[in-house]
Amino acid sequence: MEALLAVLIGLPMTLVVTGAAFGIGLLGGIPLMLGLRSPVLPVRAATRLVVDIIRGVPTIVWLFLLYFGVSIGGARLDSLSAAIVGLGVISSAYLAEIYRGGFSTVARGQAEAAQALGLGRGTTFRRVLAPQALRTSLPSITTFLLALLKDSSIASTIGVTEMVFAATTFARQNPTTAGLTPFFLAAGVYVLVSIPLAIVARRLDSRLTRSR
Amino acid sequence: MDLAQYLPQLGSGLLVSLQLTVISVVCGYIVGLLFALGVSSTRPWLRWPTLVIVEIGRGIPALVVLYIVYYGLPSIGVLFANFTAAAIGLTFTVAAYSSEMIRGGIQSVPLAQREAASALGLPRFIGFTRIVLPQGLRSSVPGLMGLAIQSFQGTSLAYSISVNELMSQAYQVSTVTFQYLSVYAITGAIYVVIAVPSTWLSMVVEKRLSRGYA
Repeated sequence: MEALLAVLIGLPMTLVVTGAAFGIGLLGGIPLMLGLRSPVLPVRAATRLVVDIIRGVPTIVWLFLLYFGVSIGGARLDSLSAAIVGLGVISSAYLAEIYRGGFSTVARGQAEAAQALGLGRGTTFRRVLAPQALRTSLPSITTFLLALLKDSSIASTIGVTEMVFAATTFARQNPTTAGLTPFFLAAGVYVLVSIPLAIVARRLDSRLTRSR
Repeated sequence: MDLAQYLPQLGSGLLVSLQLTVISVVCGYIVGLLFALGVSSTRPWLRWPTLVIVEIGRGIPALVVLYIVYYGLPSIGVLFANFTAAAIGLTFTVAAYSSEMIRGGIQSVPLAQREAASALGLPRFIGFTRIVLPQGLRSSVPGLMGLAIQSFQGTSLAYSISVNELMSQAYQVSTVTFQYLSVYAITGAIYVVIAVPSTWLSMVVEKRLSRGYA
């Protein structure tokens, strides 16, 4: 019971890191996706390279780079900001790729039809293409969110006091009695948080599919 | 300060990372295949426990798996060295993820293939290992290649249980030289140089494989 409370203290921070990074990713993925779909070859190639590099570096290396390596005017990022920025940048790259996949499934005729109806490029994108692309990307976006929830545990390595940090702290404070308990509890909470997320996502998905 | 003199140290770390990758991917895929067979079994006493293990493996962070193996298991008298603990933890995670990919591949093989095999008088076991499995694995290859690349990046988590792989070496170099930005940039570049071309290679293989079906 004591162990459960000790682990749960970290849960809000886990949710904050996950939520903030996901939010950054949802927005940051848009410009990157536009770059990936750009008709201009140099822009497309450069964006592809950036996205691949972001995804090629392990999360923990990103976090250490930002936390220990970056200083703005002599001030370092604190661990929470470093974790949110790092995971946010990584999310942007992954979500850009997911968005791109969604757009590639929208039939070319849709853009042509919108043009024939005299819709502007911006309107076509926002009102015709994006809703359809989002619909096909939704399952991948949820899968990514669940992966991000688990990856937020890596923030504990730079000292963000989230759930895994709380579990290790409890294990260190009670070396003789804690044993496996705090880690299993943390694992259990991750699973418990994932389940409702997965259910909501499935509901949303089936509703969107039905409306088609 | 010249960072070049520390490159061999990073190199030796990379070697450990690659060893961990090979062990966890090879063992993970073998265990993953067994998990996949268990989950697709019609016997409930085999199917449900395997399903629970797989979902746990996919549901909890790899970092937590490593902590359980390294810090947790000693409390019930099971003690591993750092490298072994990392290898076991990563193998389990890879096994859980790969089993779903392999299972999906096996499921994608049309039932008629199995029926044809039994119509030809092949025993069930031969029909499975020689007809169904090769076709199923073929369609899981792209996913498994992607997972192997992710596993390589995932070995960086072994830093947290003090395995002297690339990330740990980078951390040690950075605390000696105080050049955090450059050291982690070089480390990131090392991961990229291996991961990105591998990703491109896997895309080529994926195209090749899908061409074979046409």
